[in-house]
Parts: sequence; C-alpha cells; structure tokens
Amino acid sequence: MNDPRGPGKEMSGSFVGAVDCDVQIAVPHRDALLPFLDAYWRDVSIQRGLQTLTTSSFPPEAPINARADWRLPEQASVEDQLDNLRANLLDRHGFAVAICNCLYGVQVLHSEDMARAIARAVNDWIAQEWLDREPRLRASIVVPMQNPQMAVDEMRRVAQDRRFVQVLMLVMGEMPLGKRYYWPIYEAAQDLGLPIGVHAGSMYRHPVTGTGWPSYYAQDYFAQAPAFQTQLTSMILEGVFSAFPDLKVVLSETGVSWLPPYLWRLDKYWHGLRMETPWVKEPPSVIVARSVRLTTQPFDAPRAPEVVAKLFEHLGSEDLLVFASDFPHWRFDGDELLPEGVPSGHLAALKRGNPLATYPRLREQLAP
Amino acid sequence: MTIARDMWTQVSVGARQAVADCDVHPTPRSVEADLFPHLSQRWRAHLRTTGAIARQGFLSEMQYPKGQPGAVRRDAFPPCGGPAGSDLDFMRAQHLDPNNVRFGVMIPLGNAQSLQNIDLSVALCAALNAWQVESWTSKEPRLRGSIVVAYQDPQSSVAEIARWAGRRDFVQVSMLSRLPNPLGHRSFWPIYAAAAEAGLPIGLHAFGYGGWPITGGGWPSYYAEDMMNHAQTSQSALASMVLEGVFERFPKLRLVLVEGGLGWLPALAWRLDRIWEKCRDELSHVPRPPSEYIRESVWLTSQPIEEPENRVQIAEVIEWIGWDRVLFASDYPHWDFDDPGKALAAPIDRASRERFFLRNALDLYGIADA
Repeated sequence: MNDPRGPGKEMSGSFVGAVDCDVQIAVPHRDALLPFLDAYWRDVSIQRGLQTLTTSSFPPEAPINARADWRLPEQASVEDQLDNLRANLLDRHGFAVAICNCLYGVQVLHSEDMARAIARAVNDWIAQEWLDREPRLRASIVVPMQNPQMAVDEMRRVAQDRRFVQVLMLVMGEMPLGKRYYWPIYEAAQDLGLPIGVHAGSMYRHPVTGTGWPSYYAQDYFAQAPAFQTQLTSMILEGVFSAFPDLKVVLSETGVSWLPPYLWRLDKYWHGLRMETPWVKEPPSVIVARSVRLTTQPFDAPRAPEVVAKLFEHLGSEDLLVFASDFPHWRFDGDELLPEGVPSGHLAALKRGNPLATYPRLREQLAP
Repeated sequence: MTIARDMWTQVSVGARQAVADCDVHPTPRSVEADLFPHLSQRWRAHLRTTGAIARQGFLSEMQYPKGQPGAVRRDAFPPCGGPAGSDLDFMRAQHLDPNNVRFGVMIPLGNAQSLQNIDLSVALCAALNAWQVESWTSKEPRLRGSIVVAYQDPQSSVAEIARWAGRRDFVQVSMLSRLPNPLGHRSFWPIYAAAAEAGLPIGLHAFGYGGWPITGGGWPSYYAEDMMNHAQTSQSALASMVLEGVFERFPKLRLVLVEGGLGWLPALAWRLDRIWEKCRDELSHVPRPPSEYIRESVWLTSQPIEEPENRVQIAEVIEWIGWDRVLFASDYPHWDFDDPGKALAAPIDRASRERFFLRNALDLYGIADA
C-alpha cells in the first residue's frame, strides 16, 4: 500500500493499516448532550444552569492540549472535529482504526447519580455522533468511577455495541486503583473482553501530588507520570492481576520512559516485602510484561535517537507498547508520530500487532 | 526460602574501597535519656502527658506498620541494649570500620520535623541538633550531622540554621519530602535562602507526614507501597522546586535527594523539559530548561539503588544523570541497607566508581580528603 504522506518520509515508516489507541474527542458544549439525557436530567441541566464539564486536567486552550495547526475554534462541532481528525490523522497516515477517549469531566462530579446520567449520555453521544459517522473509529466506555456498581451496569449496557473496545478510567480516583472497591469493574471488564484504559486525569479528590496542591498547570501535567507509577504499584500489589489473569490494562499518556527504572525498584521492594502481599507470586516486571500496555505518546525523551534506542532496550519486551498519537494534543510536530530511534522490531509490533493482541474486539474485527 | 548462591558471589573489587556514606541514621537511646537534657521543663512535661502527635492516626505506631521492628536490620540492635543506631561503638564495629566509611552524613529521623504542635517541633529539632554534637560528631570525626529544622516555621528554621552554620559538626540542612505544601512553595523560601547563604545543601530525605495521601489517587494499603511511593514523592518535590522557580531564585542552592531512588531522574528531566517548552507563558519565571537547573543543582543518594536484571542498565541511567551527581548511601541501620560491596554490581571504570563512592560527597560537602 502507498503511504499517503509520500515515500520514505519519516524514520518511523508507514502507518497504513495501523491502530491509533488514543485519540481525544471533546463534547463541544453541555447542550450537545441534552438529547441523550432523560427528561429529568435534561430539566436539571437547564434549570440548574449546569455548565460544560471541562476538566482542569486538560484546559482546552493550553498550547499542549491542541497543536497549533490542528487547533479548532472553541466549542468546535463534531463535524469540524471529525474533518480535522480525518484530514490530519486518519486519511493523512492511513490508519485502519482509532480509539477515541472522551475526557469530559464526568468523574469529577460528586453526585453518583448525576455522574451516571451524564456518562450514559456521553456514551450514547459517542455512538451516534462519532461512531455512526466514521467507520474507522472505536471508543472507550465512559463510566461513573464514583460508584463501581453503576460503572459495571454502564459497561454491560454499552458493551453490547462492539465498537466500544475498552473501559476508560482516570489514573487519579477516589482511592488507589488496585483497591478491592474497584474490582467489580475489573471482573466485568475481564468478562466482557474489554481492556481497562487508564488515562491521565484526576477526579480531584486529593491533591495531584503526595505533597499537596501545586501552583501551575505544568505541575499538574507533570504529576500524571508519578500518578501512573503509584497506581500501577497499587494494581500489582493489591493483586488485581492475580485475581483477573485475563485482564489487560492499557496506560495512556504516561510519558513511558519512567517504566524501566520504576520496575527495577518495584521488583526490589517486592523481593524485600513480598511477605506483605503473598498473593503476588511473580516479580512485578513479569506481571507488567504479561498484562499491562502503554500508549506511545507522549514519550518523554530527548531528541536523540541513540537515547531513544537505549530506552527501548531498557523497556525490553516488544509486546509492551501500543501506538497512540494522542491527537490533537501537541505531542510532536509535523509527521513525527514517534520519536526517532525506535528499533524496527518494536516499530513493527506497536503499530498493529500489539493493539490487536491487546484488544479482543479489534482482533475480531480487523484480523484477516 | 532459599537464597540464590550467586547473591554472595557478586562482591565487587571495590568492596573495601573507602566510601562516603551519605545517609546514616543515628537514633536517640530514648527521648528521656538523650533529648530531655536539651528540652525545657515545659516540653518534658508535654511529651510525658500528650506525646508528639503528627499528621497521622497513631500515637506511636506508623500509619503503615513496618516490615520488621523499627524498620531496621535485625542484626543492628546494639548488644548493650537500646534501639538500632543508638550506640556509637556498635555503629563503628558493625558499619563504619568494616565498610571503610571515611565520611558519613547523619540524618536523624523520627517525627520531630512534622508535628502538629509547631512549638514542640521547634524545641525537638533544636534538641536533636544539640544531641548530634554531644553524642556523635564530638566523638567521631568521620561523622557529620544534618541541621534538623521545623520547616513548618520558616523563621525558627532560619534561626536554627544560623545557630549551627559554620561549625564542623554540620554539613547540610535536613528536610523531609512529605510536607503539607509542595517543596517549591514560597513558605519554604527563607529556609532555602538561609541554606544557600550558609553554603549548606538541603538534604531532602524521603518520608514525613504532610497529611496528604502519598498518591494523587488516595491512600494505598501497604507498607510496600508507602516505601515504593517515596520515589514518586521525591519526583513531585523536585518538579515543584524547579517549576516554582526555586533554583532560578537561589542559584547557589544545592539539593540532595535522599532515599528516593535515582533511576527516575532522567525521565523526570525529559518530561519537565517537554512541558516547559509548551508552557513558556505560564512558566515565565523559569527562563531556562528544567534539565539545566537539575544538572547544576541536584545530587541524589543511591540507596535503595535500582537493580535491573542486567546491572549495566543502571550504569547507563547514571550516565544520563551524570557520574558527578550520584552519592553512595547505605541507609544504615535500616533493613533495606545497601552494602557498598554490592550496590553497584556492574563493570564501571575506576574514576566513576571513585566518584560515586567517595569523591562526589567530599566535593559536595566540602570535606578535605583525609
């Protein structure tokens, strides 16, 4: 197949037929959801003057959250967002499929009931406004993390539509993600063959750092990486992967490069303190290699191919990463979808093979 | 449990090399025996009746009960009685002499620095400093102290720094990583100004009670998580200091991150540089890339050093950090002690090894080569 960008344009090669595991779509305005709410919640939204639930994790006008040449006016319609996505990503690079994550601030609400109603509306809006319009799109199920039973109910309802291929959770929740409180979600996900997509973002129940509230958005952004580290530790040590051996967890927007030294440390502490969590029978690095995947953007590394290559050596397994552009967030310039220096074996695997191995529903739909 | 035989055959050529140990924990025999002589009648009475209450739910037990009594090596209790790390002679016999420690930086822990009663905190910190001189540095020239400050009260902290600065007994100012406010918060700036002025690095040791959960997603369950997550808290602390502009404002300030691991530093610096490029307006008070401030102003102690299966990889990470910025530490007498003979089990050139184990610490802390 021909690369629509022209021959041999980038070091990272062709993306024709590849899978993009993290593309952002935005609810343009509260009113977009009104048709998808029942009469009571429609009335509540209007009577109480409920505003658009844009989360503090992603101020849409911050430079990092919309690349300048992909930037649309505020409250851009679905049609405009879709044209942008097609022109700059799907058509331009020839992706087979892209998984949409909608980071509307559903999880930040304190009312479980309101969160359930709006999560349902968002999922139905995604299906009708996005998936019906563009056959290359898939989506994550938005769930009210405020109440795991409600989340399970929503997963079972939406999962009947097989274009929904994973469950979306935020990395910073009410309590650490390994806690048994969340296990009904993991049990249902395993049951339904849906990976759990843990995405950057917070419910803002706690300061985003272990030492209190920071001053700048840049600090909030930075804090996502340590948050992924603490939450992955929680999921491993609480025994999520022992209890649900077929569960896959995909970590999105992590920065990636912290993973190897983190696992070296965690393996060491597991070795020293495994009497505290005797249900964790293998070194954490072995569990991660089997059950956890990370999306590729943002990739925190210098613009130095030899360092990137070394980082991939430290990552080890070629099964670990799945490609994501994080469109339209500003993670790279031009067509540099991946940093220069990714070894060819990893490149081949992360574009299509790893996503298909990770997402059963993509496998059944795309595999030859 | 069977112990793999090769664990004991890894002892490297440098096992007997002279080392600087940048994290040694002395412990009072008891508050009554060692600190009461340095406390007023008011605080002695207060400690007897009410105790020292920190931002956690237990009076004496830790919020995450340790993996072993006192979190210390089971063989580190002095034969004469008392807690591990409370007897100088036994510390010499068990650690300083056999491990050829030429220079050791003491960091007293305990709760003194983060008590809810700030006046008590101030008094206990002052007592700990006097005790370090009386019981340790005046008797053992290899050991130097850290000025412990009640950082919730910057004014008293500055006074405590002034009280000891310039004395041979102390080589740094000690703070803990888990505080009610991020480390770059301007309430701490007077402490940084005083430390920079006195030429004393800030030694930021993992631990403390800031009152917040150690993760952005709430309180974890296990001691192992509390220990693991010190690495993430150290990252938050450093990111805060860089992005709040502390190093821009206090260019002479030197920061030593203690016991939070070191392998994460390159990824942190790369991430900060990337977000800095895209937030130049918000971060106009930080005119240079974060990695530059880090390269100039930050040192890390090694224990607990990350141990990849292929040990060469930790050396490759240190290459990215800079061999002039890493300091060996054992954490004696704690259970996760790193043995200097095994802490860097990779083929490393002599000059880098010498820097890691000794030279960097002597240079940083201004210790004349013995």
